[in-house]
Amino acid sequence: MGRLGIETRSSLSMHLSEHGALPTPAPRHGKTPGRLVAELERSGLRGRGGGWFPAFRKWNAVVDSSVERGRLGRTRHPVVIANGMEGEPASAKDAVLMASSAHLIFDGISAAAATIGATDAFLALHRDSNLLPILTKALDERHAAGIDALPISLVTPPARYVASEESALSHWVGEGIATPVYPDRPFQKGAAGRPTLVQNVETLSHVALIARHGGDWYRQVGVPSAPGTTLVTIGGAVQEEGVVEVPTGTPVRDIIALAGGLTEPVRGYLTGGYGGGWVAADGFDSTAWDPDAMRDAGAVIGASVLWLVGESECPLNEIARVTAWMAGESAGQCGPCIYGLPSISDDVHHLAMRHMNDSEMKRLEQRLKLVQNRGGCKHPDGTARFVATGLKAFADEVALHLDRRCSAPLGRPVSRPGTEGSLPVPAPRLALVDISGRDFE
Amino acid sequence: MTTTDRVTATLLLNPTVCDGRGLCHHAAPDLIELDEWGYPLLPGGGLRADLTKAEQKAAEDATHACPVLALHIERRK
Repeated sequence: MGRLGIETRSSLSMHLSEHGALPTPAPRHGKTPGRLVAELERSGLRGRGGGWFPAFRKWNAVVDSSVERGRLGRTRHPVVIANGMEGEPASAKDAVLMASSAHLIFDGISAAAATIGATDAFLALHRDSNLLPILTKALDERHAAGIDALPISLVTPPARYVASEESALSHWVGEGIATPVYPDRPFQKGAAGRPTLVQNVETLSHVALIARHGGDWYRQVGVPSAPGTTLVTIGGAVQEEGVVEVPTGTPVRDIIALAGGLTEPVRGYLTGGYGGGWVAADGFDSTAWDPDAMRDAGAVIGASVLWLVGESECPLNEIARVTAWMAGESAGQCGPCIYGLPSISDDVHHLAMRHMNDSEMKRLEQRLKLVQNRGGCKHPDGTARFVATGLKAFADEVALHLDRRCSAPLGRPVSRPGTEGSLPVPAPRLALVDISGRDFE
Repeated sequence: MTTTDRVTATLLLNPTVCDGRGLCHHAAPDLIELDEWGYPLLPGGGLRADLTKAEQKAAEDATHACPVLALHIERRK
């Protein structure tokens, strides 16, 4: 039984009997944010959207920017956006959390709004999400009970990968355009030019617990550098794919055990999601699931996805499918992304098809470096890392393919993007993959 | 360190504005290269490049040549 209560779906009355009412958060006074920021600092809470950035720093940055007056000397009141987009196709944790514990998330939004002095608050989820009725109903319950000082609205940007990036979300809320913005950062100039706090829904549910029990209580679980529990989406070569809540620092093998163990020997892991990275199987299962230990092991905790590739699969086929999908998800703003990602995708496809020679392989390696640090957002960097770490983790398979061979017993041909495979690739548009087995209505 | 290699300014590229017309490269071929798709590569490969006094003139030429205002120079105080 975890802290976030993802096992059951709770109504407002169940939520209140489980957690009690949210203590009225101390409001912001002028340049000073409410006291909850100090508790967040004590708690050590880091953002669960993928970046694991210290939450209190982000909140302080938003307050600091809103103190600076805008044009014509007008005060720039902050905006809060809860990010429930879950753009990562391999992740399901936010959907499971929103389906089960919506009120914890809304409590977190309310507490954040009061603490930083926000005058608008939103929860963003994909336009196609089948959670819309559940969340609408939860908001209706709260409205009837009159528990949110600032009303919270649902917004539904398009179901595109880069639309969940925080500047794209702010852009959508402010201007109705879901493309990433460069170079302004949301905490400075976000929705409609106002300082904007974009925080993942899981992070906000932890905020709701810290507001009730304090920072010291929060730190009692997990590793000191990134305390608390975290939701993990586990899938691939395990008995039971799904979402589990574990203390940070839990060894990978214990997370696999929670998913009922392996279905076959594993040759590698995708960590963090499609914006994360691959690692080879050797000894990785003793790694602790926390951002720093994962980084030291050459992995990426990111959106807390763990995907296992079994020995019967050719990982290069899977990498080619996902890369093609990622290339198609470009917002089409920056040259290195518009042209670079399809070029990389073609190269990886040739490699998977065993049509590649050594000079083409060298060109691919150059292209993977060429697209990095050159985009308005990190989509090209994430895609390049997905491919580069895959080539490294499965170097033996790459060598086989360059020799026109493949280790997979069935030697499956590469499927076209969006067709059947192991890693989930939405086709043609995202349908929520309910890997938890729960009925979402 | 001589005065010519001291960093005096930073060249900034906004990739969401850049169209890849390549005029910056023609105006300052020694400072800005083009990648295989015709998009500019600043020294160091990123979106910001520190400029020495000697490079500043070329950076100004490139900035003035850009028809979509994707380049910008930030001077050090």
